[in-house]
Amino acid sequence: MKRLLFLLPVALFVALIGAFTLSLRHDPSHITSVLIDKPLPEFALPAVRNSQGLTSADFRGEPMLLNVFASWCVSCREEHGLLLDLKQKGVVIQGLDWKDEAADGARYLAENGDPYIKAGNDVSGRAGIDLGVAGVPETFVVDGKGRVRYKFIGPIDTEDWEHTLKPMLQRLRSGA
Amino acid sequence: MAAEIGQLALVLAFLLAIVQSLVPLWGAARLEPALMGLGRAAALLQLLFVATAFASLAAGFMAKDYSIALVAEHSNAAQPTIYRFAATWGSHEGSMLLWVLILALQGAAVALFGGRLRETLQARVLAVQGIIGAAFLGFSLFTSNPFLRLFPAPPDGTELNPLLQDPGLVFHPPMLYLGYVGFSSAFSFAMAGLIEGQVDAGWARWIRPFVLASWICLTTGITMGSIWAYYTLGWGGWWFWDPVENASLMPWLMGTALLHSSIALERRGALVSWTILLAILTFSLSLVGTFLVRSGVLTSVHAFAVDPRRGIYILGIIALATGSALALFAWRAPAMKSGALFQPLSREGGIAVNNLFLLAATATVFLGTFYPVFVEIAGGHSISVGRPYYELTFVPVVVPLLLLVSFGPMLNWKRNDSREILARMRWPIILAVLALILGILAFGLHQILAACGLALGLFLILGAIAIPLGRWKVSSSLNNVSRGADLMRFLRAMPLAVWGMTFAHAGLGVTAIGITAVTAWQSSKVLDMKVGQTVDLAGAQYTLNSIGQATGPNYQAVQARFTVTSHSGSRVLVSERRLFPASQTTTTQAGIGTGLLGNVYISIGEQSADGGLVVRLWDHPLVDWIWAGGFLMALGGAASLSDRRFRVGAARPVLRTAIVKAPA
Repeated sequence: MKRLLFLLPVALFVALIGAFTLSLRHDPSHITSVLIDKPLPEFALPAVRNSQGLTSADFRGEPMLLNVFASWCVSCREEHGLLLDLKQKGVVIQGLDWKDEAADGARYLAENGDPYIKAGNDVSGRAGIDLGVAGVPETFVVDGKGRVRYKFIGPIDTEDWEHTLKPMLQRLRSGA
Repeated sequence: MAAEIGQLALVLAFLLAIVQSLVPLWGAARLEPALMGLGRAAALLQLLFVATAFASLAAGFMAKDYSIALVAEHSNAAQPTIYRFAATWGSHEGSMLLWVLILALQGAAVALFGGRLRETLQARVLAVQGIIGAAFLGFSLFTSNPFLRLFPAPPDGTELNPLLQDPGLVFHPPMLYLGYVGFSSAFSFAMAGLIEGQVDAGWARWIRPFVLASWICLTTGITMGSIWAYYTLGWGGWWFWDPVENASLMPWLMGTALLHSSIALERRGALVSWTILLAILTFSLSLVGTFLVRSGVLTSVHAFAVDPRRGIYILGIIALATGSALALFAWRAPAMKSGALFQPLSREGGIAVNNLFLLAATATVFLGTFYPVFVEIAGGHSISVGRPYYELTFVPVVVPLLLLVSFGPMLNWKRNDSREILARMRWPIILAVLALILGILAFGLHQILAACGLALGLFLILGAIAIPLGRWKVSSSLNNVSRGADLMRFLRAMPLAVWGMTFAHAGLGVTAIGITAVTAWQSSKVLDMKVGQTVDLAGAQYTLNSIGQATGPNYQAVQARFTVTSHSGSRVLVSERRLFPASQTTTTQAGIGTGLLGNVYISIGEQSADGGLVVRLWDHPLVDWIWAGGFLMALGGAASLSDRRFRVGAARPVLRTAIVKAPA
């Protein structure tokens, strides 16, 4: 009995390492979404700031980015500068303020700058669940017909933009 | 040239580490002093070579040698000298080098100061230290070589992440690493003790200075990290429950448990196998802390470049180190002489309870940190764990622990009378309850939690003060001298370790008060301010005086000057928004007015079209207390470390004595 007790730590540890090994196989920043090539799930979210809420119907006409953020999210601050630059360059970015009070989200945007055309507040996280949001920040590439084409997890840096997201948006825009 | 010297030194250090991991083990098994002595020499030489490698890399950074890829990627010519130096450990590869440097320092310390250790034990400790060294030097060489050349060399480098260009980078990572890696010697001692089948009070006396020194560094490192986050991230938070913060908190909690249980082992020979287990777990959590964020298992703000090859290697090291240690523990520990028995209500019992709470607290943090990983494996997704989780799980575990902290030092070893304990704690309890009642009367029933928090903090501080006072009472009644006259003399003569405990426990109280006050009463305002406009917040007036431009060594800034007037006077605060052209990043430099009773905190956003400026004002009551408490705890640790009783080595040198092995 006593021996079994002493074996407990090592048994737990083996299970843990097994779990880590499994999760190592899929790099967290390249999880493929089940939504790829499917239309965005329907949602209609109240506005974060001013009066413009965000609905799934807003994703029509041209390819856009859907960026999931939150005021409490530290890594969102990291990519925020880049998002602002992208807005300057004319990239259409819609914001989804996830599991966050609208007032906090608005304050966050007021303080750090606002890269979004429209920003919806998902305080319950319901829309996030439909979208398969695992954490913030996440960025979806949505084509002109409202279909999800790509999902990026984690903060975007210049390299991700230049090598992954930008070519993808260009391809979508040229109608491929 | 520097890079080649560094590379060569690193290779030599790796080879020496392999020698260090094999020869002393063999020597200890055969009781061959010459072979055991070779382990000591290897440990010292390893330090020499790792230090050379580290110095070469630092020299590369200082000399702006952009033909070294790492230098080109993490520093540019405009960067201030001190940050070019600190950039040495600002990258994954460089921080690995710092890591192995500290590891080598630990090994050398065991080799140099371990002269009074049983020689076989010292040899085995060095061997385990060598194995860890070889694993990480190998990791550095094969997957994260800091000395790779870049051809052709670029004329100038890319910039170190501007968020990192801060005095915080100069001190925070080295301190944190000293803490993490310091626990490696406790781990090595645990392994060596398990191999020898003998862990006793003498063993505990040996690991204590190592554990204590690491704990001090980790405490300081975490505190500094929290301050850094507070002033650079620009929104006045001081703890984010980010995976990397959690990764430093977990070894701290475990290390605190280890610190206490090793006292019980040293003084009373109690909690033997428990202490060994804690030593293993503490270092394992340090490994998890430093590396899991680099492996791709978790992502975080602090994330370094993710490379799956590194992930596998790291996971392999963790699996081998912790796995073999726990397996050895399962095999050897049950047969070891179990520790002295004690009554539940005793100092030992108190330490055991402290340990259980700390373990539970660590477990909640661990679960919260890795929950996303587990859920994902189970096939689910869309799970996030943040502040609400920790408020629901971590806080309820820690609050009862804090309530019990003050009782611990009042307990005697072996057994106690509960009425006697309560009598000793009479004044702290009465005063804390009074404070609670006053608090409820002053702040109202809806603020009862805040009142409880403040009373709890006060109780911790009073309980800490009661430690020296209680000892003085006992000593003056024993010596039958008049009270009062001898208090000063008594306090001067009190062992530093007791002072250490007093400071550390009081520090906990100071931190608790700070956390409570900030959580309950911080207030903020966001608005678009025009020059000359004045705003009220929490009893102070904030006036925006001017908006201007400023130029730093490698950035341009929008600079806003404010005058803050409160009943305690008025002062000028400057808040900046810096643009670093080389990396096209902006950072906020908050204007912070510190004070004993709280800080005012101003961060600025973008300028609006009509000449206004988005301004966020914060009032953070007692926030500095959080860190003051942290430093007080570290100071307590330092006092305890300098107590002469612990500097004296334990066992006399024992040569060629047969070691009584535990039956396997």
